[in-house]
Amino acid sequence: MKRLVALVLTMLIFIPGALFSAPVVKDKSSIGFATRQMGVPVAGSFKRFDADVRFDPKDAGKGSASITIYMDEVDAGSDDGTVEIKRKPWFDVKGHPKAWFLSTSLKELGPGRYEVAGKMTIKGRTRDVIAPVTVKKEGGLWLFEGAFAINRLDFSIGEGPWADTGTVDDKVEVRFRLLLTATGKK
Amino acid sequence: MGNDRWTWTAIFLHWVVATLIVANFALGEYMGDLAVSPMKLRLYSYHKWLGVTVFALTIIRLAWRAFHAPPPFPAGMPSWERFAAKAAHALLYALIFIIPLAGWLGSSAHGFQTIYLGVIPIPDLLAKNNELSELLEEVHEQLNHALLLLVIAHAGAAMKHHFIDKDDILRRMIGLKGRK
Ligand code: HEM
Ligand code: HEM
Repeated sequence: MKRLVALVLTMLIFIPGALFSAPVVKDKSSIGFATRQMGVPVAGSFKRFDADVRFDPKDAGKGSASITIYMDEVDAGSDDGTVEIKRKPWFDVKGHPKAWFLSTSLKELGPGRYEVAGKMTIKGRTRDVIAPVTVKKEGGLWLFEGAFAINRLDFSIGEGPWADTGTVDDKVEVRFRLLLTATGKK
Repeated sequence: MGNDRWTWTAIFLHWVVATLIVANFALGEYMGDLAVSPMKLRLYSYHKWLGVTVFALTIIRLAWRAFHAPPPFPAGMPSWERFAAKAAHALLYALIFIIPLAGWLGSSAHGFQTIYLGVIPIPDLLAKNNELSELLEEVHEQLNHALLLLVIAHAGAAMKHHFIDKDDILRRMIGLKGRK
């Protein structure tokens, strides 16, 4: 109990100065995805999302990220694709308007290189994901970049006839680039 | 070898390409109206692969043709018919060369690279551009309609030669002339 109190006190004293939590610079941040359709690369992106990232380079282990994606504003790379991907067999944006990523740990791998682990929830299904992240200062802002792969069928993305991975690959690469204002930092 | 025959190479290429084009025309017309489904994606890819095959064979054919003069027309063939036949053949070659190009560029502008048989990437020349892809797809479609009319006329002419003029034009393209 004492240790907990001490921990809370430490957090109250140190965190506001060290960690920062900041909104993303929307027009310079992106979350994209890429897969293959009949062998042809197709790429899309999520146009609207919120991200809350806490990060202190001196104490990376305390960092965290929580990202909310608004699925209705997805762009599947082509007009037909964008209409289709919002439908029930795919993202079912009516039934599941949001997707989330909530980090569970952040590990430092080397200078500027980290590994974030977390829970990804899409279409109401939650799976563990791990992604390498590079972090660097860009014009006084923090830039977080990384990519990880998921299997779309783990999230029931593409049901019924679309479960056929011969037409649309199961593997989907998710790429993120988050630019954060350091305003939260005192 | 008399020079009033087509070579087997010419005959083979003519009929293979003709068959593939008829099949791909039908496939192109059929696939467009389908609801989005894995089947539709497959058929679009097969259509592109078949079209690329036609294009490759057409290049081989034109290269071959550059070094092999066609057999002369039958002696009694009126000069307007000779001219019409030559013009029609030139136009057929032009169309089967340009139609796949328009299809490929339209697809590229639509945002989809063409990957032959799912393994051989064909350059993705154009950036994604909706107006341009619509224009190119329209060109692809209209040229196909022109091709349809021309092929009907071309096949009709072949029938006329065979059944009315009773000459060797059709027989020599099937490989029957002078052979048993
Ligand atoms: C022998 C060669 C080809 C023939 C005879 C052919 C024929 C056709 C026909 C008849 C259509 C339907 C047009 C319509 O009514 O909308 C079509 C559509 C289409 N073709 Fe081809 N095509 C050929 C080659 C290609 C190639 C090489 C590609 C791409 C690499 C291609 C891509 C397309 C696409 C994307 C459409 C659909 C356009 C739309 O949805 O509006 N075609 N083709
Ligand atoms: C898509 C279908 C077709 C295409 C693109 C096509 C194209 C051509 C071309 C370009 C030539 C000229 C060859 C040269 O001078 O090098 C030719 C010759 C010929 N085609 Fe076709 N053809 C098609 C279908 C047909 C059909 C259905 C028939 C018969 C019913 C036919 C009968 C002939 C004959 C008999 C010749 C030889 C003409 C001669 O000996 O002077 N073709 N074709």
